[in-house]
Amino acid sequence: MSPRRANAPGRVDRSRSIRFSFDGKIYTGHPGDTLASALMTNGVTLFGRSFKYHRPRGVMTAGVDEPNALVTLIRGEIREPNLPTTLVEIYEGLEAVSQNRFPSLSFDVGAVNQLGGKLLGAGFYYKTFMGPVIGPLKGTRFWMFCEHFIRRAAGLGRAGTAKDTARYERMNAFCDVLVVGSGPAGLKAAREAAGDGGRVILLEMDSLLGGSARWSGGRIEGAEAAHWVDETVSGLRELPNVRTLTRTTAWGYYDGNTIAATERVADHKRDAAKGEPRQRHWVVRAKKVVLATGAFERPIVFPGNDRPGVMLASAAARYANDFGVLPGERIAVFANNDSAYANAALLRDAGATIVAIVDVRAAISDEARRLASQCGGDLLTGHAVVATEGGKGLTGFKVQKFDAATNSLSGDARVISADLLAVSGGWSPAIHLASQAGAGKAEWDATLQAFLPPKPAQDWTAVGTAAGDFSGGHGLDIAPAPVFEIKAAGKAFVDLQHDVTADDVRLAHREGFISVEHLKRYTTLGMATDQGKTSNVPGLAIMAEALGKPIPEVGTTRFRAPFSPVSIGAIGAERIGDLRPDRLTPMHDWHVEQGAKMYPAGLWHRPAIYGAPGETVEQAYIRETKATRSAAGIVDVSTLGKIMVQGPDAAEFLDRVYTNLFSTLPVNKARYGLMLREDGIAYDDGTTWRLAEHDFLMTTTTANAGKVMQNLEYFLDVYWPELKVTLTSVTDEWAGASIAGPRAREILAACVTGTAVDTETLPFMGIVRGEVAGVPVMICRLSFSGELAYEVYSGAGHGQQVWDALIEAGQPFGMVPYGLEALGTMRIEKGHVTGAEIDGRTTARDLYLDWMLSKKKPFIGAAMMDREGLVDENRIRLVGLVSLDGRPLNGGAHLVEHNDPAALRDSIGHITAVCFSPSLGKYIGLALVKGGKKRHGTRAYVSDPLRGRFGPVEIVSHHMFDPEGKRMHG
Amino acid sequence: MLITCPYCGPRDVIEFTYQGDANRTRPDPASTDQAAWNVYTYDRVNTLGDHAEYWQHSGGCRSHLKLVRSTLTHAISSTAFVRDHGEKKSASRRKPGAAT
Ligand SMILES: [Zn+2]
Repeated sequence: MSPRRANAPGRVDRSRSIRFSFDGKIYTGHPGDTLASALMTNGVTLFGRSFKYHRPRGVMTAGVDEPNALVTLIRGEIREPNLPTTLVEIYEGLEAVSQNRFPSLSFDVGAVNQLGGKLLGAGFYYKTFMGPVIGPLKGTRFWMFCEHFIRRAAGLGRAGTAKDTARYERMNAFCDVLVVGSGPAGLKAAREAAGDGGRVILLEMDSLLGGSARWSGGRIEGAEAAHWVDETVSGLRELPNVRTLTRTTAWGYYDGNTIAATERVADHKRDAAKGEPRQRHWVVRAKKVVLATGAFERPIVFPGNDRPGVMLASAAARYANDFGVLPGERIAVFANNDSAYANAALLRDAGATIVAIVDVRAAISDEARRLASQCGGDLLTGHAVVATEGGKGLTGFKVQKFDAATNSLSGDARVISADLLAVSGGWSPAIHLASQAGAGKAEWDATLQAFLPPKPAQDWTAVGTAAGDFSGGHGLDIAPAPVFEIKAAGKAFVDLQHDVTADDVRLAHREGFISVEHLKRYTTLGMATDQGKTSNVPGLAIMAEALGKPIPEVGTTRFRAPFSPVSIGAIGAERIGDLRPDRLTPMHDWHVEQGAKMYPAGLWHRPAIYGAPGETVEQAYIRETKATRSAAGIVDVSTLGKIMVQGPDAAEFLDRVYTNLFSTLPVNKARYGLMLREDGIAYDDGTTWRLAEHDFLMTTTTANAGKVMQNLEYFLDVYWPELKVTLTSVTDEWAGASIAGPRAREILAACVTGTAVDTETLPFMGIVRGEVAGVPVMICRLSFSGELAYEVYSGAGHGQQVWDALIEAGQPFGMVPYGLEALGTMRIEKGHVTGAEIDGRTTARDLYLDWMLSKKKPFIGAAMMDREGLVDENRIRLVGLVSLDGRPLNGGAHLVEHNDPAALRDSIGHITAVCFSPSLGKYIGLALVKGGKKRHGTRAYVSDPLRGRFGPVEIVSHHMFDPEGKRMHG
Repeated sequence: MLITCPYCGPRDVIEFTYQGDANRTRPDPASTDQAAWNVYTYDRVNTLGDHAEYWQHSGGCRSHLKLVRSTLTHAISSTAFVRDHGEKKSASRRKPGAAT
């Protein structure tokens, strides 16, 4: 078996095996292993190639801060790139591939970039993508050719193109106290909050609770740390008011003490259990939040610090004690603080040999010295690592004498052979969430050489190492020497994921970048998927030195959500695909069975045409229109917005809402009404029926039904609370059918019982009640088509029954069903306006609806509609159009006075609606043109260069068919 | 953002529709004072801090509420029905758990 096994297995269950593959090769790991620990156990040191220079990279951390060891996971057709191997838990059959290498990980063509390193410095992308501005290649396609390869060579993993088939869930949760992080500080906070009886939620990113206390030794509250964790966790688990979520990363802190978190429910399994989502997006609203998010160890920047085998000291100790794998057998330590000594001791206890401890400080504490002698190996204080050696793994490194006060090297370099260099450059509290919900900037702590949480802007407290309190660890003073970088020859990396070196930072400074925000953008420092968790403070320190300013004056950037990458799928959760509901009328199925071509009208689906086989759309609507105008047609009008306006003040309310009077409307009569907006622009129109003294049924356009309802409620609640009026949306309660045409009355007479439908009983705009097929109906004689027409309303549940009876009654008279196209054709012929003309810019006068503007009472928009700009005669106003070249017109096309297709200027208006008019035998349209009526009888030209249409039209009155309205009054 | 509807209790902001600035005064309907109508229709103060505004519980009871919301923090310091439903009536309509 592997020589890398540590003495104790930690969390790994060595009794069971899991087979997985990495770059096509099969390996064996165990339950509890991450991909990083399993590959390490198998002796793998090379995990990927770096972003810019394609340098070999290994594992640097043991957690979410990992910049290097990223892979793409493949599940069938699905590939998910840029996953840190340190977070991926292995499962049977897991398939991972390394990234950023071509053709293979160990032989990489792009590694030649290392030789041309000078070309790929800071701002490389900004500089090169400009292309040569002088010289022989200027403006040639050569540069575009090169760019193709540069772009391909750069970048991290490749995203897949297959549709993500995984299921995601969203959960809302509420609690009194939310604790983020389950290390000792988090567990204590959860225990305390639970004791107070409140609802507690505890989130932990790892699969196990307890944080480093599970493996790092030491004592808590008098007990062995690991034992204390077990006791405390099982105590919490017994409490009904505590909910613990593992594998759950809190990544965003939002208004109202709302935390967003992602739970990886099934990522660690080959197959999700039945009903189990892959991930769950949690939105937790907490009264109080406790941030026990811990701290990240920092690296030290020195030449060759990116070689596989250079690892954070705490990560090395964790692999040895938590995952049971020695990341190296001959381990050296390089540190600027005491914490590394405790980790060295842990590595030694797990079975590794400590060959040397290199410390930049000349003097160290007695406790550190004691631990060093326990570990054995050389203790080199006042020394620094200046280079590393090896290829795909570390073989050794060079040290020189170092003076921390002056940051200077001296003496000869000495080579020490080791297969792992465990580095500690101090600790940075994980203040990401605190910063997101902070009132100001993070505060610099000179002792810790780190940023502490800012003052809270929401109800949270930070505890434990997240708050800079490191007293609970090994009892060591972790305050580091302020040494962030060892300056020697060779590339020293600050941001390993984006391949940003210390020299890049200095180059950016020389090129004039002073602000830390600009520096980040220019060098891309901290902007990779790890968001600079290991590089932030070292980068800032190097920038501060270049600027000659102390670190807090250079400032840090405010952390933004997400703390770590989040899959879009999790945020979308179930809300994928078309989320809009489909609204179907009671007669929907009938339309579909009759071969209707359905057309979306807002959320509704309405028949556009009932096409006969082989018929074009135009042929169909011409046929339907002709049949309606010569005999009869029936159309489904159930989609119209319907609002019951009821109460003793209903008539007064309508008088205020509509431009015309409704208080004078007799019971059992309907009236066409127009509403304006407050600013005097036309808003919506429709008929309102007075069903009883205090009961009105208002109809609105299909599209505006919701908005009108909301607007009416607003006025009633906010401005007119004294009115005794109740509004109820009844759109879905009624099914509506409109029968139009010269035979309409005969058809109704044939099927309506309980009432007469003659002109006396049912005059124009009259309302009667009767029955059709035994179903109570309400019939109103009103017309949109310009024909003699009736709207028949019944309860929605009986809509189809009534419709069937009407169809049957219409059969002998040649009645046809017609759709939106024929409906539109007939209203264009009549010059009736719809949303195409009531477009949010036109006034009542623009549409020649001035006759509807009552002078007897104020109404919404009454004052503003008379503003100078709105009463100008030369505004674009409603007219009819007739095509003079026998060709169709296009909606949206402009109209011009000049007969010059090439002159794209001087529009006098635009076309709003077009059709072929069967009644006139011509292509016609409605338009809004300057001056409106004044242009009747004149010629203009339709100019539509995008669709290649230019031709003459005649401007006519919009009342193009039966202007006297004889037909509908007949 | 949570809005506590006096009738329905605390609900997510997605259930509500913003219905505009509550600091403006609608002129008398019969007024023809163009300047007053102009101020009402168009003039808004871009407040930094507490701002009175109307929200409709459009995905709930459909009441209009008058909130005072901080434009800096989204913290809501006051919530009330715009329309007075009467002390007795609203108390009897209130659902259990709704904030007072
Ligand atoms: Zn409500």
